[in-house]
Amino acid sequence: MNGPPLKGQRLVALFLLGCLLFNFPLLSLFAGSTRLWGIPLIYLYVFVAWAVIIALMALIIERKDH
Amino acid sequence: MLSGALIVVLSFAYVGLLFAIAYWGDKRADAGRSIIANPYIYTLSLAVYCTSWTFYGSVGRAATSGIGFLPIYLGPTLMAALWWYVLLKMVRISKAHRITSIADFIASRYGKSHLLGGLVTVIAVLGIVPYIALQLKAISASFSTMLQYPNTVATGSAASLPFLQDNTFYIAMLLAAFTILFGTRHLDATERHEGLVAAIAFESIVKLVAFIAVGVFVTWGMFNGFADVFDKASASPELNALLVQGGASGNYTTWASLTVLSMLAIILLPRQFQVAVVENVDERHLNKAIWLFPLYLFAINIFVLPIALGGLMHFPPGTVDADTFVLTLPMSEQRTWLALLAFIGGLSAATGMVIVETIALSTMVCNDLVMPILLRWKFLRLTERRDLSGLLLGIRRAAIVVVLVLGYGYFHLAGEAYALVSIGLISFTAVAQFAPAMIGGLFWKGGTRLGALLGLGAGFLVWLYSLLLPSFAKSGWLPITFLTEGIFGIDLLKPQELFGLDGLDDISHCLFWSMIANIGCYVGFSLWRRPTATEHSQANLFVDVFRHVAPGSGSRFWRGSATVADLQTLLGRFIGPERAGESFAAYARSQGIQGSEQIAANAVLVHYVESQIAGAIGSASARDMVASVVVEEPLALDEVMAIIDEASQALAYSRQLEQKSRELEAATNELRSANQRLQELDRLKDDFISTVTHELRTPLTSIRAFSEILSDNPQLDAEQRARFLGIITRESERLTRLINQVLDLAKIESGAADWHPSEIDMREVLEDAVAAMSQVCKERNIALELRLPEKLPRVMADRDRVMQVVLNLLSNAINFSDKSDSRITVSVTVEAEALCIDVADNGIGISPADQAVIFEKFRQVSDSSSGKPRGSGLGLVISREIVRHLGGRLWVDSTPGLGSTFHFTLPLRREDAAAEAD
Repeated sequence: MNGPPLKGQRLVALFLLGCLLFNFPLLSLFAGSTRLWGIPLIYLYVFVAWAVIIALMALIIERKDH
Repeated sequence: MLSGALIVVLSFAYVGLLFAIAYWGDKRADAGRSIIANPYIYTLSLAVYCTSWTFYGSVGRAATSGIGFLPIYLGPTLMAALWWYVLLKMVRISKAHRITSIADFIASRYGKSHLLGGLVTVIAVLGIVPYIALQLKAISASFSTMLQYPNTVATGSAASLPFLQDNTFYIAMLLAAFTILFGTRHLDATERHEGLVAAIAFESIVKLVAFIAVGVFVTWGMFNGFADVFDKASASPELNALLVQGGASGNYTTWASLTVLSMLAIILLPRQFQVAVVENVDERHLNKAIWLFPLYLFAINIFVLPIALGGLMHFPPGTVDADTFVLTLPMSEQRTWLALLAFIGGLSAATGMVIVETIALSTMVCNDLVMPILLRWKFLRLTERRDLSGLLLGIRRAAIVVVLVLGYGYFHLAGEAYALVSIGLISFTAVAQFAPAMIGGLFWKGGTRLGALLGLGAGFLVWLYSLLLPSFAKSGWLPITFLTEGIFGIDLLKPQELFGLDGLDDISHCLFWSMIANIGCYVGFSLWRRPTATEHSQANLFVDVFRHVAPGSGSRFWRGSATVADLQTLLGRFIGPERAGESFAAYARSQGIQGSEQIAANAVLVHYVESQIAGAIGSASARDMVASVVVEEPLALDEVMAIIDEASQALAYSRQLEQKSRELEAATNELRSANQRLQELDRLKDDFISTVTHELRTPLTSIRAFSEILSDNPQLDAEQRARFLGIITRESERLTRLINQVLDLAKIESGAADWHPSEIDMREVLEDAVAAMSQVCKERNIALELRLPEKLPRVMADRDRVMQVVLNLLSNAINFSDKSDSRITVSVTVEAEALCIDVADNGIGISPADQAVIFEKFRQVSDSSSGKPRGSGLGLVISREIVRHLGGRLWVDSTPGLGSTFHFTLPLRREDAAAEAD
């Protein structure tokens, strides 16, 4: 875990991004009866944002800094 | 129709499989080939977070609030990003201090406080009891649902049965048995249970597979994919409302507070602390878990909404409890094996949580609640018992049973009034109370025991009043007027509308008020007074853990004496003599010592033993126990000062070094200048010799020249002859004088000169000198004047030497007087302690540069007109030496072109000075 401190900072930034994405008011932008590919927009948005956050986490953790 | 027997047999077979896995895991661990030492098993064990709440409850929640079930999983995802800082720090601290529970952690952080540890334990037990009830309720519900197979319509509730006929009670006891068997087989200082973790990880796989299987079956078996589910759902206006955020109970405040709650829960729940911190094998596993764990949460949540919508569409409204959709949907489609898989998955989720939670709680109850009290009761003579490990295990086993019985009790009392998720949230809000003391303690050194104690206490009381008691009231166990009218009918004290705050759901409401009370007290009372020395020391060890990496770093502030045998016996009493022996051998190895008999009883060993015991009975009690063996002398003020001194000594030492190097530099400079001076002297000596020989040669040359003339020219007339002989005589005299002067100077400088001090009258000396020079002055037309005060005290001096000085100064003055109106004035002034004799001329004067050198040997001021020196160049040097020897000094004032004044002083004898003063 003694990697570069940059990794920790990236994760904190990601945390803040997550707080933004999963809260009012961004969340309210997707509330509505619109559906994309048959899936309600809010449902799609939360799961896609969630997946993106996890992917970024994996990227930050697994990336080898030189 | 599934027979009850089949379900029971299947359940037992599954639990038996868990036993086998746990047993195998323990065997592998004993053989040193751990199966859990990898980040994947670590992540799966973290997934113990997903309980029946997730497995059954999420669907129930989704059925009433749509996407509102998600914050419980988004919070941990966000928190995982902060694990890098928060969880890593907790793991590091816990490993360094052998911390085995969250109560131990908080107690240890605030100065190893029994009281704080006890309070945390009480809060944890009371807070978690509803959560365990939730699991029991889920198992019970799933069991009775399965018994109805294939009929899905719910029948009478299990909670209304007397407990002997209630299978939930037997399930609770079965779980207690399993937990006791694998959680408390033996005492280990690290409190790690490898086999158990392996079983938990296996359960995490089972519940994930089971849930996804049901999800896939519903989505693609009963419907045609996600779009089809949502299409059909949107046809119904009630279901369509669920698909829109803000519909049903899902408003943004609830969303945010649930996110915050679950963020805190993922690190503060006792079972999460157990698997994430205590059971952690290698802190590097945390790395991968940061993204793998959220991925697990993601996977287990994808099908929640389709199952919920599917259930709502499939069953007539109100006939089937939404919390059981995971089971009832496969059942209604006659998918026996899928239903059984779902049942086993639910069982996995519930048992995993109950097992780990009760182990964590039993460790806390034993270490932080019961042992401190028992050890305090002197009449039990516990401190004298040979082997306490049996007692410790007994306490833990009892604690496990008690916790499960409490959970069962809550299930009976209040379980029916709430859905699964609502019960869980009550627990989440309780453990959130640890957050200020815990997270504050990790990053803020100023937090004190008093602050933590009062903060926790206040937050807990608010939780109790606004969340736990209302749950009893809603179940009819307390009068419902408590809720609707407030306590004693006081409107402002309505538990769920405290001080008139309404419009919030009960969880957000409780979270708001309890955090205000908790954080307010924690910060306020922490700032109330300075931390004590112990608090300060612990705060430093915790907050700066990444700087204190060396083991035993806490032992610095300890002194005392103990024998190795005593310490080993002590450790043996808590973890068994055999394990104690192994532990000491391991210690010897770690210290690089051959055998355990060579171990020295020092602070490091005491710290080691303390941390080992801390694993068994908690840090605060461990400290007491070690203190009972170790004659620990409290740190006196002067010792603390000495420790501080050590630090300041290092500082002083470096300052000394600096000072030394400065001194060295100064000495070097001195040496360098001394060397320069020596070289200068050497040069002066060479100069002196060459000047002396030069000076000697000049008269010799003329003597020889005139002698040759006389010898070569016998016919010279008598007048010429007489003139030449006169020159020869004068040059010889000059030569003699020069030689005398050189000898004189050498004598004076070496201190070998003869001195004949006597009381002399300066008036007489000066008059004689002036008389001697008057003829020369007359010849050169120089006015010579002597100015004497009327009364001159006599001085002690060598008359001839003083005369020599005066004559020298006079002849210098004459030599440098070449004006037509030249005049020389000799005057005397009487000062307080000395006579000052001045010889002034109005000759060519001496330039400031020359004034510095005229007192050096053979330094003659060249006559600018002729370039020829006048005088030997030794007169002033000799004069100055004489005056110095007589106790006075000789100096010159001069302005070039206006003349020079030579001064010299002769000290007065005291009585003369006094007489003069009269």
